[in-house]
Amino acid sequence: MKPRSPTFRWAPWAFLAPFLLLFFTFTAWPLLQSLGLAFHQTFGPKSEKFVGAANFVFLWHDPLFWQAMRNTAVYTAGAVFIQLPVALGLALLLNHPRLRGRAIFRLIFFSPSLVGLVFVGLLFSLIFQKRTGLINAGLHSLFAGWNPEFPWLDQYLMPSLILASVWLYAGFNMVYFLAALQNVNRDLLNAAEIDGAGAWTRFRHIVIPEIRPVAGFVVLLSVIGSFQLFELPWVLLDNSSGAGNNGLTIVMYLFQTGFLTGDLGYASAIGWVLGLTLALAAVVQARIATRENASP
Amino acid sequence: MKRLPLVFLHGALLVFAALTLLPFAWMITSSLKSQSDFFASLFLPQGNGWFGVAWDHLTFHNFQRLFTEFPIGRAILNSWMMASVTSALATLACAMGGYALAKFSFAGRNVVTLLVLAALIIPGPLLIAPGYKLLWQLGLLDSYTGLILPALAPAFGVFLFRQAMLNSVPAELIEVARIDGAGEFRIFFTIVIPLVRPMIGAFLLITFLGAWNNFIGPQIVLQTPETFPLSVAINNLRGLYATEYGLIMSGTLVSIAPVMCLFLLLQKEFLAGLTSGAVKG
Repeated sequence: MKPRSPTFRWAPWAFLAPFLLLFFTFTAWPLLQSLGLAFHQTFGPKSEKFVGAANFVFLWHDPLFWQAMRNTAVYTAGAVFIQLPVALGLALLLNHPRLRGRAIFRLIFFSPSLVGLVFVGLLFSLIFQKRTGLINAGLHSLFAGWNPEFPWLDQYLMPSLILASVWLYAGFNMVYFLAALQNVNRDLLNAAEIDGAGAWTRFRHIVIPEIRPVAGFVVLLSVIGSFQLFELPWVLLDNSSGAGNNGLTIVMYLFQTGFLTGDLGYASAIGWVLGLTLALAAVVQARIATRENASP
Repeated sequence: MKRLPLVFLHGALLVFAALTLLPFAWMITSSLKSQSDFFASLFLPQGNGWFGVAWDHLTFHNFQRLFTEFPIGRAILNSWMMASVTSALATLACAMGGYALAKFSFAGRNVVTLLVLAALIIPGPLLIAPGYKLLWQLGLLDSYTGLILPALAPAFGVFLFRQAMLNSVPAELIEVARIDGAGEFRIFFTIVIPLVRPMIGAFLLITFLGAWNNFIGPQIVLQTPETFPLSVAINNLRGLYATEYGLIMSGTLVSIAPVMCLFLLLQKEFLAGLTSGAVKG
């Protein structure tokens, strides 16, 4: 090793300084503080009272929290079992070697994911309207039998949310699946076809093993993203959690308790339960990934 | 492949593409119609013009109202300002941090890298309540500083730039520049940054979108209506004029058109950058 100049020694820290300074101030420190806050009851940022584990005990018996948990879990299941298969399907179609206009299709499918959740909420609050909304009016003009008063947001909120999320995110996840599919060895696929392997066999034994790591990553991203759902139902339901809290999500409950009720302590406790749930999801995904890597 | 499946393939994709674009088309046509035409027609109003459309019924009245009766111009400016400052500074901070981790060997590098990886799994909502308390303590509530500063150091940005620079910045090039007497920051700005230009473009857009679309942040931090960005302003507009559909759609259109244009400009870099961290081995 040749001797390093003195500038070389301070240089990496100079480059890291802005990030580290901001990171410790606005991420690490609040993270520590939230651990403290979770054991306090507060009214706004000014008054705090130590309550021990009471927040977590209360949370455990809080029917609203469990309703939020259930709603969020249903939405997450929709993301994983409906939205992601649509994304994979689109990617498989786009991966066809003789497809024309691949770039344009990719651009079109991806474009909704640029729209912010607030704006999607506003757009879909009108799209789901009775009588005048795009879906009810459109379906009614195509099929006279369709009820133009179909109560999407009143009685079918979860299907509505999942439908909006398919429009919003399927193209986004498609980009990941497509990138993985383009890594699949074409010669291997061709050889398998010549050997008489059908489309399903090729998909099952060549394509799936190849895209599995990316699929695991995309599933984890979707679970993490879905568990943080807030703006979409909040705006769809006109800045509320809906009739009978049918649109209440975990982050929405955190927002309501922290900023409408003013209890930052209880909000922090909700935040920690959410954070630990997601950490658990990440650990499970990592476990599955390593087990698959280990097996041939 | 036979001809028939190819027809089906293109047909299916065209149907999906149409379904994807329908909400956009509906938003645009709704923003150009009066209230009565909104109720009378699904997309374009029917009449005697070309293609059986009453083109003369289309009106910019909604946009006119938006800009004259509401401080929407101010909200657009606020959004632009906030998103550009956030994305420029966040990209700089993350590129610098990623460079240090990728191209220097120094005591503490592994610790910092581990810290960055650990920070990747911290969910944003966990920081909402304590972040609010911190901003209150620092006296930064109801200020752009309080909104922008916490968004400038996303750990995933440092991670992305570290990955990009590991592969695409040759160590020899930096070494040669050093021997030629170039300063460390000069090397960074004139040699390293140009080499990861696609990643810079992608990350600028990612952070710009994040700031532009951010709702919960300004909703919590900002209190003065004049400072509201589009996300909060348009949502408040809907609260006041819930049944003026054309007006709401024109406001939504004005809010998403700029990011759509930016994306069209940067889409190649963006889509490549998006998957770079995930797909490579």
